Amino acid sequence: MSELTGEDRYKAGVIPYKQMGYWDGDYVPSETDIIALFRITPQPGVDPEEAAAAVAGESSTATWTVVWTDRLTAADLYRAKAYRVDPVPGQEDQFFAYIAYHLDLFEPGSIANLTASIIGNVFGFKAVKALRLEDMRIPVAYVKTFDGPPTGIVVERERLDKFGRPLLGATVKPKLGLSGRNYGRVVYEALRGGLDFTKDDENINSQPFMHWRDRFLYCMEAVNKAQSASGEVKGHYLNVTAATMEDMYERAEFAKDLGSVVVMIDLVIGYTAIQSMSKWARRNDMVLHLHRAGHGTYTRQKNHGISFRVISKWMRLAGVDHIHAGTVVGKLEGDPNTVQGIYNVLRESHNPVDLPKGIFFEQDWAGLRKVMPVASGGIHAGQMHQLLTYLGDDVILQFGGGTIGHPMGIAAGATANRVALEAMVLARNEGQDIWNKGPEILNQAAKWSPALQGALDTWRDITFNYASTDTPDFVPTVSETY
Amino acid sequence: MHLTQGQFSFLPPLTDEQISAQIRWALDHDWAVGVEFTDDPHPRNTYWDMWGMPMFDLRDPAAILYEINECRRAYPTRYIRVTAFDSTRGWEAPRMSYLVNRPEEEPGFSIVRQEGEGRHITYTTHSYATEQPPGERY
Repeated sequence: MSELTGEDRYKAGVIPYKQMGYWDGDYVPSETDIIALFRITPQPGVDPEEAAAAVAGESSTATWTVVWTDRLTAADLYRAKAYRVDPVPGQEDQFFAYIAYHLDLFEPGSIANLTASIIGNVFGFKAVKALRLEDMRIPVAYVKTFDGPPTGIVVERERLDKFGRPLLGATVKPKLGLSGRNYGRVVYEALRGGLDFTKDDENINSQPFMHWRDRFLYCMEAVNKAQSASGEVKGHYLNVTAATMEDMYERAEFAKDLGSVVVMIDLVIGYTAIQSMSKWARRNDMVLHLHRAGHGTYTRQKNHGISFRVISKWMRLAGVDHIHAGTVVGKLEGDPNTVQGIYNVLRESHNPVDLPKGIFFEQDWAGLRKVMPVASGGIHAGQMHQLLTYLGDDVILQFGGGTIGHPMGIAAGATANRVALEAMVLARNEGQDIWNKGPEILNQAAKWSPALQGALDTWRDITFNYASTDTPDFVPTVSETY
Repeated sequence: MHLTQGQFSFLPPLTDEQISAQIRWALDHDWAVGVEFTDDPHPRNTYWDMWGMPMFDLRDPAAILYEINECRRAYPTRYIRVTAFDSTRGWEAPRMSYLVNRPEEEPGFSIVRQEGEGRHITYTTHSYATEQPPGERY
């Protein structure tokens, strides 16, 4: 099936996408092209290259039939080009399709525009049974049109005066129902006990039991009191998520007036709202925390949706400072390799190709600031050696139940986590094998820390061992050079 | 009160041997170690006094420990911290910071509440120590 040109190409009617110019097996992407890797499950009988071409077409310039008006444009340039299709290792009927897009197809600095093309129409397209956006290469030319994180890992650490260890947090529980006054009690106890941050949960906004202003006032009382009691900078992620931008700006301004170092938003507010809040945060020297509420609806299943590593890339461009990115060992989905791949996307200046971690493209972040990943959901002090090994230093370890559920109280729960963390970092830096000696290191520290002893006695054996659904598909080869 | 700034403040005071091991970790990463001291440990007091410049060219943990101990001898009642600086692109910032000395009596901080309109309160963290002039605080 050869590509048609001229009169033959533009005769009214329907021709295969491959013939319309959306497939070019010889195409070599330029360094300014945006490249998307889709996992395609074509309908039975549909040629994978045609399916790839169809995805390229529908995510760029095409419609279902030939239109003569293409000839008024530089259509050959604007057509996205599928240029490579590989069978997915170990998965029947699935193919990895590489599609390149010319940079001029996208508005500078707009996640909304980028995504309106790449995931706009194409996911409902009948010719494919299922479709997943696995990875993207964002060219430096496009990266440079985004402001990126308003604060970033380096400046956040400098501002908080906290170096050399993961940060510690906790989400206030129960997440709904507490009055402002009682809510602030949890914040105070957790921060005084040794945490760096506490957190509103994704769905605490302004409800009958606690209006947002009450929450902000009591939380800032708690933050400042804990700061004077410890001599450390403390913070509480005040969730400013609301129905409108006007409401969110009002809440963010109030948080700023009260001296908060951080505000929080949910992923469900949408890409444009996130970019707006990022600009606000940049203007007001505020750390911007993003809770990834809702992502599991489209990131978890391997055959359809968007991989969270792509969402992470978009959020680094859009400009958030914290993002929930998985724990590996906790209660929520997280294959170790996949999670580490996501962490690398958020934290590194440059990502080499790393297929075992799900990274298909080399990515140069061109000096864009780094996002602090947050590990949250079903983690406890007894896993500290695993958390530190898997996730490294630049992460916020967030123990909600693992702080507040401590038998000796919230402050003791916080102290247990901080002692466990510092003991583990100290041991690792000394060259000890914390992966194997971790439990022993924790037991040693528990001898002088009753708080840690209490945590270990309560949770030591709690694990969440379920098979992950989102795992990389690749063939290990000895000749890989990455 | 017990000041909990620094990455190891929830552990028992570090021994010289433990400090040396942490210095080695910094040197293994090509970070430069510096020593700083203060009598005003306010959490937003960024610029402590430097015990000389960061030791960019010292590669021997024992030599750096010697400097730490000299600083402790000179200022036994101050807070002293060890900071490791990373000069690589993308960091160019401290990568470690931990206390190696603190006064026996730590007066800590009060919280000053300035009550404003509505229920608005402006908070100030106040170092008790700074009620005395520098040099007479501990």
